[in-house]
Amino acid sequence: MLNFFQLILIYAGVYAIMAIGQNCITGYTGMLSLCHAGFFCIGSYATAIMCKIFGLSFWLSLPAAAIVSGIIGFLIGVPTLRLKGDYLCIATLGLGEIIRNVATNLNPVGISQIPRAELFGYVFMSRNKWAFIILIWAFVLIFYLLFQRLLHSRIGRAMTAVREDEVAAASNGIDVTKYKIVSFVLGAAVGGIAGCFQTAYTLTVSPASYTFMVSVMVLCTVVLGGMGNGKAVILGAVIIQFISYFPQLTGLTNVIPAQAKQMIFGLILVVMMVWRPQGILGRDRFRYGSARRPLFAKKKEAGV
Amino acid sequence: MRILETQNLTREFGGVIAVNDVSFKVEEGLVTGLIGPNGAGKTTLFNQITGMDKPTSGKVIFDGKDITGLPAWKISRLGIARTFQNIRLYRELTAVENVMLGLHFKVGSDPFRHRFLQSLRSYVFASGENKELYGKAMEWLGFFDIADSAQELARNLPYGTQRELEIARALSAEPKLLFLDEPAAGMNPAETAHLMSVIDKIRSLGVTVVLIEHDMKLVMNICDQITVLNFGMKIAEGTPNAIKTNRDVIEAYLGREEDF
Repeated sequence: MLNFFQLILIYAGVYAIMAIGQNCITGYTGMLSLCHAGFFCIGSYATAIMCKIFGLSFWLSLPAAAIVSGIIGFLIGVPTLRLKGDYLCIATLGLGEIIRNVATNLNPVGISQIPRAELFGYVFMSRNKWAFIILIWAFVLIFYLLFQRLLHSRIGRAMTAVREDEVAAASNGIDVTKYKIVSFVLGAAVGGIAGCFQTAYTLTVSPASYTFMVSVMVLCTVVLGGMGNGKAVILGAVIIQFISYFPQLTGLTNVIPAQAKQMIFGLILVVMMVWRPQGILGRDRFRYGSARRPLFAKKKEAGV
Repeated sequence: MRILETQNLTREFGGVIAVNDVSFKVEEGLVTGLIGPNGAGKTTLFNQITGMDKPTSGKVIFDGKDITGLPAWKISRLGIARTFQNIRLYRELTAVENVMLGLHFKVGSDPFRHRFLQSLRSYVFASGENKELYGKAMEWLGFFDIADSAQELARNLPYGTQRELEIARALSAEPKLLFLDEPAAGMNPAETAHLMSVIDKIRSLGVTVVLIEHDMKLVMNICDQITVLNFGMKIAEGTPNAIKTNRDVIEAYLGREEDF
């Protein structure tokens, strides 16, 4: 039982990092993208290849995964980000599938027996779950803070402007295409980093784990929590992981089929769109010019 | 001095010629009115000048530079700001955030060079920069007497305030030239009177204003120069008094005498 809770926390952390990336793309800039599984896959493979084949440390592969995903995000972003709404959605959906198929064709089994991550001589063993929980959630916190700061800086405001009204944004001297690409690349890079942690924990990568469902789950996380709200997407990640491991957690695997979670995610998306489109926590309301600019999220609640 | 000039500007949409060979001139420091019946091509002309759309042929000269076909964000950074006929505010953002976005490219030494470094700076020193931008934005809201609504969402503001907020957002970028597309549309007489005083204040800042407007009282009272368009063509230009008595203009608005 405790084992499952730990597992859920680890995966919730990985998904929270991915959701922070997706939130940057969908929540801040308003682009409906469905290829986070692709970036997740690229990050995982980058780590696997660097650690296994080149024998480099996990910590070096972390920025490498981010950079590789970012570059691929850029290459894809330049032609596709001219599209809007549904069209962008379809194009990115195709892209996620392309990445997975390329990975399958390279090696359908994937890569296994990847060296373990190490920090100051401490080796992260897969059975020692608390270490992973601390590691991953520390990074969730880091990315949360970095992206909250982004949202409340000039760049983040420009992204919000692009989401609200592209024509008005252009009339305010905002280069709409540039900010879309920046947002897409940042989101992709963070997706890659999530892949890194996934690899460090499972020590195997296989193309079968980066399906379209992963992208849907990440989008679902963002929609459920609240678009454009950092805290909300982390909460969303925890809820989504609890739902998807609910049968195992309660020992009801015989009663509830494995496909049920896919139905539930679909249902969540529809129900949220109809009754609470802003998500559980809603949008982040940041008050500029309050007496004290809060540094951390907890303090901010008081100011709002 | 001539701040803006279009030379034989034409814009065709398929078979429709929305703007036909228009040479439109704006003198620095004056308020220029652009009038004409519905569908005369006034907004299309605005869109060509501000880069929202590209002209089929012809040239736009701003401040001695050819800006024909530049993207809207570049034209905006050169010093042309505008508002829209159907209000385009960032509806889910507060009033003060709207104006802070108007100040977007006013950060840093040059709006065109070292922008990547500037972005990094903006990220690293976000809190200081936010404070500075917030201060400036509040000043602009104060200029329009709407500082009380600073923390309201733009979509919740009353109509007249939304119009003024949009002008505030455009003006915060300290443009040389401000285009107002039907600023008084849908306003009641009291709001229109207030708008007139606002335009007077803008003029006293030294900003050249070009406005499209159907409210003749406002146009005749406030404009120094008026250009009249009809069916995409320029039919007259001159002072309000000259326009009032111009035969072609009366014809365009009321029809020929023989028609009755």
